[in-house]
Amino acid sequence: MSVDVKTVKRVARLARIAVSEEDAERMTGELNAILGFVEQLNEVDVSGVEPMTSVTPMDMKKRQDVVTDGNKAADIVANAPATEENFFLVPKVVE
Amino acid sequence: MSDLTQLTISQARTKLRGKEITATEITEAYLAAIDRANPVLNAYVAVTGERARDMAKTSDAKLAKGEGGALEGIPLGIKDLFGTEGVHTQACSHVLDGFKPRYESTVTTNLWADGAVMLGKLNMDEFAMGSSNETSYYGPVINPWRRSRLDTVVMPTTHQGDGGFVSAGGTRTARSLDNAQLVPGGSSGGSATAVSAFLCAGATATDTGGSIRQPAAFTGTVGIKPTYGRCSRWGIVAFASSLDQAGPIARDVRDAAILLKSMASVDPKDTTSVDRPVPDYEAAIGKPIKGMKVGIPKEYRVDGMPEEIEGLWQKGIAWLKDAGAEIVDISLPHTKYALPAYYIVAPAEASSNLARYDGVRYGLRVPGKDIVDMYEKTRAAGFGREVKRRIMIGTYVLSAGYYDAYYLQAQKVRNLIKRDFENVFAAGVDVILTPATPSAAFGIADEDMAADPVKMYLNDIFTVTVNMAGLPGIAVPAGLDAKGLPLGLQLIGRPFDEETLFQTAAVIEQAAGTFQPEKWW
Repeated sequence: MSVDVKTVKRVARLARIAVSEEDAERMTGELNAILGFVEQLNEVDVSGVEPMTSVTPMDMKKRQDVVTDGNKAADIVANAPATEENFFLVPKVVE
Repeated sequence: MSDLTQLTISQARTKLRGKEITATEITEAYLAAIDRANPVLNAYVAVTGERARDMAKTSDAKLAKGEGGALEGIPLGIKDLFGTEGVHTQACSHVLDGFKPRYESTVTTNLWADGAVMLGKLNMDEFAMGSSNETSYYGPVINPWRRSRLDTVVMPTTHQGDGGFVSAGGTRTARSLDNAQLVPGGSSGGSATAVSAFLCAGATATDTGGSIRQPAAFTGTVGIKPTYGRCSRWGIVAFASSLDQAGPIARDVRDAAILLKSMASVDPKDTTSVDRPVPDYEAAIGKPIKGMKVGIPKEYRVDGMPEEIEGLWQKGIAWLKDAGAEIVDISLPHTKYALPAYYIVAPAEASSNLARYDGVRYGLRVPGKDIVDMYEKTRAAGFGREVKRRIMIGTYVLSAGYYDAYYLQAQKVRNLIKRDFENVFAAGVDVILTPATPSAAFGIADEDMAADPVKMYLNDIFTVTVNMAGLPGIAVPAGLDAKGLPLGLQLIGRPFDEETLFQTAAVIEQAAGTFQPEKWW
């Protein structure tokens, strides 16, 4: 499978990365090189093979359902580019 | 010993406990070395001198009382991927500009609890994506090793030297260093350079496809990627969560064992951290390997592999045989599919992990006309080319209609890769010996690799299988090539059998010796 510039722009939109016309052209070539490389996986017979879900056979650890953390609003917003009274500030999303 | 930076961790440990040296002295020696070398080698992106001095002072107080942990007073460098409270943590990306976490990663918490001293944060490929440390926002790291050539020098007879020395004449051979700058490998290039150039006693690193072992091999250092689940991933900036593992880069096998013992733990904060006690890895060093079964996989003999790598491999086989190991030929038939499967799984997981960098909660924000425009501009400006490429691949393979063809297929192939190893271990093989990399260190801004991303990816051809299967792997220096550059061998073990890796790597180290770059910086 290979991608065209239009697909690259659509994927960039899905990934929320702004791309210029020039970027999209360059990325099309690069992405096709990588997709061409991974194509060889199709020659592997995977009938009856389960997809891998865990590298070591183990049960997901569960913890007690108790509060162990919290009251850290100031810490949580400390690194944000824009905040007000422990809220994250973003551009207006509703008119 | 005049230069304290030359001490291995085990040597420094003895001298610190014996009160022959202080933590402050050794810390000052490293800070001075970093001051001199870093403008040239670019291994550190942040030096935490004040904190290092404070930590050293605390260590000295403990050592004076005969107390102190396993790493008391040992100065370490920390890869920029590890969250360190109040200290520069940016995964060497522009998108995390100014990020100083309010928490400390579990691995570094363990190290400080054992008394280690933090010298600073180490350069790396952006978000650990790269094999040459050239994708860092902070610029490439320079390998302290340089190519050299052997010249025949004619010595004049009866030459009167400065000290009145009289030469007997004749010819001798001398190595002269080439000026070309080489990469240290990646993504843990800062860690590998810092350890190799004596800018820290040891370093933390992480390995998703070879990011500990390949730079270790390129710099003549020892690097181990433990079994997935051995070190907690909590507080480490995530790249590909099912592949990422932390491990140390060190100057010799014993130092790597000492560091891993402290880094590894059972952590309730990481659900993939495995509930097994951490053994004393150092105790495995020096144990005989007589009767051990060493597998040699024929699939690792790849086309176009330099003869020197093949020669190194044969030397490794001979050393282990001499030590009493039984050498058996094995087959891992799905080896060639590991790298293509990796380039689906890793970007897929990365695209989802890196979705969090949106200009809202931390790091860079580039204003836009609305929120989506802000996201898109922030991510376009914040991520470098390689990171964008991988996010794009990951987004594409996970997008509607392609999930089964790519991601599901890759995860099935991954199971087959894992099964290959399981079959070999079930047949009684204790450890597998392979080359660590298909070549020695290459030049900065290599044109072939810049033109074709897949060429760069091929660097990880021998290491990536280990991540796909979740197994432990160690890279140990085994010799120098004709140009005087270090080459490494890799040992792959059963899950959680890091002890056998240390035991066997120590045998290789004993036979091959250790390697230091000639100082030019």
